[in-house]
Amino acid sequence: MSAPRKLSGLQKDVLRLYRDCLRAVRTKPEEAQPRFYAFTRREFEKNIGSMKRTDVKAIEYLMRIGRRRLEQYRNPNVRDIGQG
Amino acid sequence: MALNLTLRSAWNSPSMKGLALRGITTTAASRMAAQKPDNLKKFKIYRWNPDTPAEQPRMQEYELNLSQCGPMVLDALIKIKNEVDPTLTFRRSCREGICGSCAMNIDGRNTLACITHIPKDEPSKDMMIYPLPHMFVVKDLVPDMTYFYKQYASIQPWLQRTEVPENKEILQSPEERKKLDGLYECILCACCSTSCPSYWWNQDVYLGPSVLLQAYRWMADSRDQSLPERLSKMENTFSVYRCHTIMNCTRTCPKHLNPGKAIAEIKKLLAKN
Repeated sequence: MSAPRKLSGLQKDVLRLYRDCLRAVRTKPEEAQPRFYAFTRREFEKNIGSMKRTDVKAIEYLMRIGRRRLEQYRNPNVRDIGQG
Repeated sequence: MALNLTLRSAWNSPSMKGLALRGITTTAASRMAAQKPDNLKKFKIYRWNPDTPAEQPRMQEYELNLSQCGPMVLDALIKIKNEVDPTLTFRRSCREGICGSCAMNIDGRNTLACITHIPKDEPSKDMMIYPLPHMFVVKDLVPDMTYFYKQYASIQPWLQRTEVPENKEILQSPEERKKLDGLYECILCACCSTSCPSYWWNQDVYLGPSVLLQAYRWMADSRDQSLPERLSKMENTFSVYRCHTIMNCTRTCPKHLNPGKAIAEIKKLLAKN
């Protein structure tokens, strides 16, 4: 078995944000959860491979956007999300 | 005859009149402008597009004829946006220095674009326009003020009283009211906070001059009764005491207020209590 891949701090931050998003999905009503999950997944996949791994500024910018949107969607008043 | 009639009725319709009038005034304006000699000036403006985050920010150059442009920097920006490059993005609202939306870094100084004159004495010198320094950029000249507003909310900028007189105003003497002069005029444009080196390095813990000025505004208000609570929130090494009286805030304030003095007053109150 090979050793687990070493991740950079930034990569860990991105994964942490993703994990926080998944946690937030679990606080939503059960019937809406698949839609929230698909939405989260889609938003992250949008930017996969669109920039270099060393493009720290751009990635940090996207993370800021992501964190702000997570904060918005985490609000318990947001109960469902469109299929988009 | 019939043709004549329709023409005349069309001419009398309000929309046609408006069109014709507008036509006359614009030609008059352009004739006036043509009389003035051309006065070209270059503007170098910070551009960054969030849709392509991997692309580096750049300085874009625009040349304007000042004799066909209003006197303020905001007039130039609006002219560029209207006539040259509609993708240029900036915040603006009141165009008279009362809303604080158009705060930006112009020729190395944080100020409001709407009350800053375009200098006419050195037309060969390019004008440099950047967003407020050390703030995250949303797009072009638009900074992200989320954290700044959160800090403002943290000082609870509203009147707090334990007892409220029923069906009566809370009265204030002229002397008590005078204490608020130089404080209530602050428009929270964040020019001072973003000019403060201490705020640049400690944005997460230090409140910054403009929020502290507001904090003092509520401490100084004779109608407010929660001074001890307000002060106890400031009693740590960061919130106030990261201010090292650099006084960039007072130098840059576009409303000519003195945030440095307000912070000093807070420090005095903290020392007294």
